[in-house]
Amino acid sequence: MNHWIIAPILLPPLVGAVIIIAARYQVALQRIFSVASTVALAAIAIGLLVQSMSGQIGVYELGNWPAPFGIVLVLDRLSATMVTLTALLGVAVVLYAIGSGWDRRGNHFHALFQFQLMGIFGAFLTGDVFNLFVFFEVLLIASYGLMIHGGGATRLRAGVQYVVYNLLGSTLFLFALGTIYAATGTLNMADLALRVAELPAADTAMIRVAAILLLMVFAVKAALIPLHVWLPATYAEAPAPVAALFAVMTKIGAYAIIRVYTLVFGPDVAATADIIGPWLMPAAMITLAIGMLGVLGATHLGRLAAFAAIGSMGTLLIAIAPFTPQATTAALYYMLHSTLAGAALFLVVDMVRARRQAEDDSIAPRPVIAQNGLIAAFFFACGIAMAGMPPLSGFLGKLLVLDAVRDHAQVWLIWAVILLTSLVAVVGFARAGSMVFWKVDPAPDAAAAAPPPAALPFVATGGLVAGIVALTVFAGPVTGFLSATSAQVFDKQSYIDAVMNTPRAQEAEAANAAGKPLAYYGKDAGKAETGSTDTGTDTPQQEKTE
Amino acid sequence: MEYLLASAIGVLTAAGIYLLLRQRTFPVILGISMLTYAVNLFLFASGRVAINLPPILLNETPTYTDPLPQALVLTAIVISFGMTAVVVLMALGAYLSGRTDHINLGAAPDADRDAGTEVGK
Repeated sequence: MNHWIIAPILLPPLVGAVIIIAARYQVALQRIFSVASTVALAAIAIGLLVQSMSGQIGVYELGNWPAPFGIVLVLDRLSATMVTLTALLGVAVVLYAIGSGWDRRGNHFHALFQFQLMGIFGAFLTGDVFNLFVFFEVLLIASYGLMIHGGGATRLRAGVQYVVYNLLGSTLFLFALGTIYAATGTLNMADLALRVAELPAADTAMIRVAAILLLMVFAVKAALIPLHVWLPATYAEAPAPVAALFAVMTKIGAYAIIRVYTLVFGPDVAATADIIGPWLMPAAMITLAIGMLGVLGATHLGRLAAFAAIGSMGTLLIAIAPFTPQATTAALYYMLHSTLAGAALFLVVDMVRARRQAEDDSIAPRPVIAQNGLIAAFFFACGIAMAGMPPLSGFLGKLLVLDAVRDHAQVWLIWAVILLTSLVAVVGFARAGSMVFWKVDPAPDAAAAAPPPAALPFVATGGLVAGIVALTVFAGPVTGFLSATSAQVFDKQSYIDAVMNTPRAQEAEAANAAGKPLAYYGKDAGKAETGSTDTGTDTPQQEKTE
Repeated sequence: MEYLLASAIGVLTAAGIYLLLRQRTFPVILGISMLTYAVNLFLFASGRVAINLPPILLNETPTYTDPLPQALVLTAIVISFGMTAVVVLMALGAYLSGRTDHINLGAAPDADRDAGTEVGK
């Protein structure tokens, strides 16, 4: 077993605990630990990504329990890509938080940040739906703390909305899981895929309900219409580094939709094939339209960035909804792009806020801010990327999406929605940008807001923009890797084989056939009693094979 | 027994959703608690309702009740307990600093964004 797979889940909580216990009052130490941990996580994530490129699906059995009985972590190309994306975003966000002083405005920013990373990595790596729920809760409870970091009445009240909405989502998740367990008797994704495919046609009512319930849960996370209402206030009011990290949180919903609705309720499963895609597509188109209209109508930069995030989720879900390998490739490319662009946009908005009086981010003429030109250039780049204009990766992403839905029945409608909303977004960003950066209010007290010219925020934001540029320049190799990823996602048999037929599972099978208890360690199979490693006679788990 | 359990889950869910749609934080939190009770019972029922059976396979009894949903319920209870505590504290903080317990952000004049400004009042 490759123990590196669990490292992204183990490292952040350990560092987080050290930060809370040992470095509670020393911000400098907290920063050192936090940066070291995120950089190490990025290195580990890239290592895992390189490993996954071979096409081998890595399986980590927690506690050495084979698949349907124990919880497994699964590292395939998709999860490795998402883990790497999160880790790299984490580095940029933590640098920005330090550079802008956001981490000093309240307690425990870095500890909460580490726990948040743990939850996100866990959600991407787990191969068990109930474990997915648990990691959702881990990342949510950390995000509640981060969301209200720095305090303030409006932020707290937006935080309450956010918490209530997500608690509702969690309850719905539990209802869905209960229904799935009642219908199939398992919660392991690979095992579920086997059992759902075997269900007799007359007996699928429950699993169809569960599939729709689960889609609603992921739609809450992915901010799909009409379950998006929590997002604008949350993202606009959250501290900027947190909002930037949240850019990857909506993608968790998208990831979960890709994972569950290709593996468990895939397009080849007769029971659910006709309910997921046809519902997802129109909802995604409306999400895109609402998001981009919100960009046009926003009166504050924070809201503008939040609605741009909703719009990008709409485009992303349009690409997911057909559930074909080509469309999924486009979706994955757009997912990488929109995470970086969305995060960068939140950071740019915060740079404007920090340089104005009273953190005012309204889209209206104000005294000229410090470093106006550089920040305007960043905003321009983010606007181009989010709206999908050439030459940045947003354009390529949208082109891939347009190309991928070519064979869809509603192709003209989809094209019209994507192209028109792009125009709306261009107008919205142009209006906001020219109003904020060019129309200067010649107030006498222009010199009042002069923040320290810290370089780190520019490094962090510039890093994200550089990521977008790199995604554009290396679009060929990236899409090549992503099409291999989506091919692997749709090859569900290899996933099931990898999870269900590990060496340990075969050992358990052999021990069961021989009527012997399963030895604790693989090497000591058959001589468990004499083994000096442990109490030896660990209870056999084959009894439940039913 | 099935009827009792099913109607209990249904009534709790209905009451929870009704309370959740209220405007103020306190009924909303009560509604969330109701919903978590409902979902805990529902998870129990997902392993089939069995009476007077051990949750473990023994030699003397031929059948057993499924232990896994009980483990799931335990996890769900712990998580929902923690989450409820968090939301109560956050709602209290929001009420104390915002002087209103309306869920809706537009229901009260937008207070200051800064943390420090509220302290002196």
